[in-house]
Amino acid sequence: MAFMVTAFREVISRVLAPVALVAATVLIFAGNAYAAQPLPWQLGLQPPAGSIAEMADDLHNLLLVVITLISLFVLALLVYVGVRFRASANPVPSKTSHHTVIEILWTVIPVLILVGIAVPSFRLLYYLDRTADTDMVIKVTGNQWYWNYEYPDEGIAFDSYMIDEADLEEGQIRLLSVDNPMVVPENTRIKLVITGNDVMHSYFVPSLAVQVYAFIGRTNEVWIDVPEGEKTYYGQCNQICGVNHAYMPIEVRALPEAEYKAWLESAREEFAMNDTVPQVAPNAVSEEKFLLASAN
Amino acid sequence: MSAQAHADHGAPTSFVRRWLYSTNHKDIGTMYLVFAILAAFIGGGLSIYMRMELMEPGVQYMEDGHVWNVFTTAHGLIMVFFVVMPGLIGGFGNWFVPIMIGAPDMAFPRMNNISFWLLPPSFILLLLSAVMDGGAGVGWTIYPPLSSSAGTPGMSMDLAIFSLHLAGVSSILGAANFITTIFNMRTPGMTLHKMPLFVWAMLVTAFLLLLAVPVLAGAITMLLTDRNFGTTFFIPEGGGDPILFLHLFWFFGHPEVYIMILPAFGIVSHIISTFSKKPVFGYLGMAYAMVAIGFIGFIVWAHHMYTVGLSVDTRAYFTAATMVIAVPTGVKIFSWIATMWGGSITFRVPMLWAIGFIFLFTVGGVTGVVLSNAGLDVVLHNTYYVIAHFHYVLSLGAVFGLFAGFYYWFSKMTGYEYSEWLGKLHFWVTFVGVNLTFFPMHFLGLAGMPRRYIDYPDAFAGWNMVASIGSYIGAAGAILFLVVIAEAFIAKRRAADNPYGEGATTLEWQVSSPPPYHTFDDLPKVK
Repeated sequence: MAFMVTAFREVISRVLAPVALVAATVLIFAGNAYAAQPLPWQLGLQPPAGSIAEMADDLHNLLLVVITLISLFVLALLVYVGVRFRASANPVPSKTSHHTVIEILWTVIPVLILVGIAVPSFRLLYYLDRTADTDMVIKVTGNQWYWNYEYPDEGIAFDSYMIDEADLEEGQIRLLSVDNPMVVPENTRIKLVITGNDVMHSYFVPSLAVQVYAFIGRTNEVWIDVPEGEKTYYGQCNQICGVNHAYMPIEVRALPEAEYKAWLESAREEFAMNDTVPQVAPNAVSEEKFLLASAN
Repeated sequence: MSAQAHADHGAPTSFVRRWLYSTNHKDIGTMYLVFAILAAFIGGGLSIYMRMELMEPGVQYMEDGHVWNVFTTAHGLIMVFFVVMPGLIGGFGNWFVPIMIGAPDMAFPRMNNISFWLLPPSFILLLLSAVMDGGAGVGWTIYPPLSSSAGTPGMSMDLAIFSLHLAGVSSILGAANFITTIFNMRTPGMTLHKMPLFVWAMLVTAFLLLLAVPVLAGAITMLLTDRNFGTTFFIPEGGGDPILFLHLFWFFGHPEVYIMILPAFGIVSHIISTFSKKPVFGYLGMAYAMVAIGFIGFIVWAHHMYTVGLSVDTRAYFTAATMVIAVPTGVKIFSWIATMWGGSITFRVPMLWAIGFIFLFTVGGVTGVVLSNAGLDVVLHNTYYVIAHFHYVLSLGAVFGLFAGFYYWFSKMTGYEYSEWLGKLHFWVTFVGVNLTFFPMHFLGLAGMPRRYIDYPDAFAGWNMVASIGSYIGAAGAILFLVVIAEAFIAKRRAADNPYGEGATTLEWQVSSPPPYHTFDDLPKVK
């Protein structure tokens, strides 16, 4: 047994050393990264951005420990019985086929572990539902094969297409960069109202921990917590939607307040809501505007 | 009637009479197994081609994303409906349920015949759906609106629907047959609580099929009328709702995954017991854990739908209910290990597959617990983490169960011994291949790689390369499998009636290898 434990430790340290090395490299990369995007040979979740993603990341880190321990425990048991009770070492099998105490234990202990998991899990789940405590609204519409972003309070709406491989410029990422990203102010809680125009799509930005299906005839509500820092968050459509399913990425660009204001100014000219918005008094209160815009 | 008619008349000598008109459960089981192996090479071939495409970033082999979608659709449907189900249920179920309960045959032999013969036309329709009118590229979940006439206007989708109709009828008839056989045709003394666990597994599976498949049939029929006859069950413009389809599909789809894994549970129980030379530990717990898994399987379907916009309380319920499944599953894992504990274990080929099953199913199971959390699912849903999870429980779970059963019963079914050395080589090559394929997918999924993508951002290239190399090793394993079978039939080493000794206690080991055309001249008595 003592031999097995030392051997086991040795194996663990041998296996874990390169893993730790890779993890450290990934962390260094992530620390320097200007953007939230997947990295080569990445092993874990993308670095979390904002309170939702941090909670999700914490829960995953907890679960990863639990499931690794359980898997290693089962593996250790299998190795132990395989060695200890192999026919040459144990020629006469026992006839035991019941043991009430152990049967109760292996029912009750998993239940307790699950209850332990459920507590942070439910906390995260109900946190995801706080769409009411948000500062601004963006309406997202999935189309074959682009996203449309609408800022109802600002009278802005624009389409967002992937940039073709041939047109990529320096610093843009193949299959992730778009022509018109969804621009948001940093350090803001944003309610996303998500719908679709044709087949199903799914709005998925892993680093912000947001994912929701975009359906025709239905609007879903989620919120994102954009943290401080000028940063770009990348995501992709995550529900099969036809031939160009892989080619409708999501780019969320977080800007400091002043730059966001400047972007809004230019966007109001470039992306002013078109004539589909009924012409009402230009100084109508914003609530009315929102209703009209979302009716659009 | 003359006395001659009651003598042991063997199999019909005419090929057509013996196979096309077959009413013999062993012959029908054999046909199911051959069918499943053929379909596995088609479905598996599709996946190798997909791995070739994904090996490097960019689009190398396929025309465009639609071709990719057609491949994923066909691969998924073939593996579920034409490999795992026919292999485990139609193949091993038909072969061994009647023998294990001491019955002369299935309760409805002619219905058994039509159950099988519905599958080849169903399979042909599915293959047509992949090539006609550009093919149905909708994923195996066939969600509208992509699968409705707006998303897939051609006839390919209708062919896929008809294919599922036929496969569904086949499954329902088979399920009714198994339930009737198990309830009515057990030999005297074979009480429910003495039934071998494989028979228990088939009983639970048959009930799941009987309750789940009609829901799928209803859903796809509504889809069919939406597409062709102007109804709007799933079309919002007419007051319908695509989410209704998701609910109906997963009310079928979730029990379906247990339909695929429960027979493997049964097979693994037999093998672990046989090669440990010990009775199964906690027999009743094992049987009722399967009943519990079957029941809970019907009340967790919306955990496939955490991101469609369900209310938060609904998601909380489905999170809790889904986690509960881990408990009976854990009971089974630990009971298998306890069966081995104190045993006298020999590591023959079926035992390797069974032990591999236990560990890999555990790995797939614990990632299922991670996915059960609705809050965390927003970063994992539809990513390669999910692909890794369900391939660990199905491709490394159900399929390992298939191989375990195949090696365990090969000598019983054919009368020949396979080469132990080749069988072990097959196991290790497959074990390395599939793990190399599917384990890196956990990393890809955590990093955010979505499923059903023909091309991916360059950062995902590394692990995709590893996965593709793994799949080629797995393919080499599949070819080795054919070598094992061919070698056994060429070498013709005669198998003993019971090659495994005292551990093999079920009735199939008390009849000859292969069993006579009519298994039992007299009903066996069970103490």
